Amino acid sequence: MSEKCIVCPCEDVTLADVEQAIGLGYLDIDEVKRFTGLGTGSCQGKLCMVTTCQLLQTAQSADSQRQARQPEAQKVPHPFTPRPPVVPVSLGVLAAGKGADRER
Amino acid sequence: MSAKEKMPASADRLATEAETVIVGGGIMGLGIAYELAKRGRSDIHVIEQEYLTSGASGRNGGGVRMQWSTELNIRLMQESIEICRNFASELGINVWLRQGGYLFLIRSQEELGRMEQTVALQNRCGVPTRILTPQEALRIVPELHPKGFVAACYNPRDGVVFPWPFLWGYAHAASELGVHIHTYTKVTAIEARGPHSFVVTTSKGAIRCERVINCAGAWSPAIAKLLGIELPNHPHRHEILATESLKPFLNPLVSVLSSGLYFSQSMRGEIVGGITVPDVDDGQVHLGSRLRFLEMMSAELLSVMPCLSQVRVLRQWAGPYDVSPDGLPILGEPDAVPGFYLACGFVGHGFMMAPVIARHYAELLCGGPRHPVFDRCRLSRFQNGTSEKEVMIIG
Ligand SMILES: Cc1cc2nc3c(=O)[nH]c(=O)nc-3n(C[C@H](O)[C@H](O)[C@H](O)COP(=O)(O)OP(=O)(O)OC[C@H]3O[C@@H](n4cnc5c(N)ncnc54)[C@H](O)[C@@H]3O)c2cc1C
Repeated sequence: MSEKCIVCPCEDVTLADVEQAIGLGYLDIDEVKRFTGLGTGSCQGKLCMVTTCQLLQTAQSADSQRQARQPEAQKVPHPFTPRPPVVPVSLGVLAAGKGADRER
Repeated sequence: MSAKEKMPASADRLATEAETVIVGGGIMGLGIAYELAKRGRSDIHVIEQEYLTSGASGRNGGGVRMQWSTELNIRLMQESIEICRNFASELGINVWLRQGGYLFLIRSQEELGRMEQTVALQNRCGVPTRILTPQEALRIVPELHPKGFVAACYNPRDGVVFPWPFLWGYAHAASELGVHIHTYTKVTAIEARGPHSFVVTTSKGAIRCERVINCAGAWSPAIAKLLGIELPNHPHRHEILATESLKPFLNPLVSVLSSGLYFSQSMRGEIVGGITVPDVDDGQVHLGSRLRFLEMMSAELLSVMPCLSQVRVLRQWAGPYDVSPDGLPILGEPDAVPGFYLACGFVGHGFMMAPVIARHYAELLCGGPRHPVFDRCRLSRFQNGTSEKEVMIIG
């Protein structure tokens, strides 16, 4: 069943893939992202993020040892770092901005 | 869940005593841990402050090449790529190695003169690099702007890998061999109690050990400082982007050394590439993304491949280069602290170097043959006045 349930449609990551990552102890979304590849496709996580956070919430609250095992881990599920640009922008448009006078 | 099932995400407890503590769970730390365990060493703890792939090892372009200006790097990379080719069978993982070559575009006659010498050196080492005319380069990548370069260097045996599975492969194989990996655990202090006797304090408790290996990449100067050792390497932010996926069309990784541009097409179809952007170096690791990078990168990329102008950028991110003054790594024990080993200063090419360095490091630590790289890359070379520099550095 979970092999046929898609969590990340852009990268074809299934519920079974996410469950495998969780089973290995990857309970932070940053690890799950890089272990399964979810969230790296054309929507950049807009479709899979909420589902993944819910799965991680359940797994984290079932694991009473996590704090002792991973003292630096964030205590609640969080989104992975948003990567600019917010929406896809063409290279041509970006190149036209070169040389514009701005700080960052 | 038992500790075993949890591996390799993070071991349950930190032992109070161990043979080896490795600081940093990047490709270097995990690679060395795996090679040590493969030689029968147990009792190895890898301490990583965040998650595996959180440092430069999860943020790089995956380029692997034999085209270098020093014989040391050329020979190391010939061996490293050979090791990569066997990873699928050795580690049971697909690192998506695709040997489509590296094509370096040369923009001036003066640069061509220099490259002719490095290519001759590569040829003497057995690397089949050739200098191509623009017409010949256009046969390999017809989409290049024909006016932008006077010649190119091409080695068809260079290539790209996908860094993430590469790192997971090392981590899982190491953990199966008994290496203890502690993620989200930070090293906060190291005390030397005598030669080959250390206490490493972490956010999960303290551990006594005989040997500490500093594999903390761009953070390695801070780790060395815990023992009062000053390292000459420093962090530098390096930014990179990925576009939407395209049908496979681009075989080699293309690079322009004079601007620090490089790009390749990943096995997932994206164009992945970066460029050197000047930054303030204040000794800290900065990982923020900047619009200035997107603009510089896009302009330079389109000057080389104008046909990409409608292709959209999906995301940009940054990672820390670990810049050493002469472009070569810093290895071995500093004289002052026996038992404290360095594996840092890999600039922008530590991913491709990891397989070969990890193998020879483990050999050295297990009393095997000492590869010449350990004499060439000692920390003391910076006091003695260093000889040759590696100049084929992107960034
Ligand atoms: C954008 C970019 C592109 C690149 N492109 C290429 C390329 O094409 N080819 C190539 O070969 N190389 C490339 N590189 C370089 C390559 O990524 C690095 O040289 C390599 O990954 C270094 O590995 P490492 O294990 O030494 O460091 P890292 O992967 O940075 O690992 C060091 C680890 O130490 C941890 N750490 C730090 N302080 C502590 C502490 N106090 N306690 C516990 N843990 C700690 C960090 O969290 C980190 O995970 C690129 C780098 C960047 C940033």
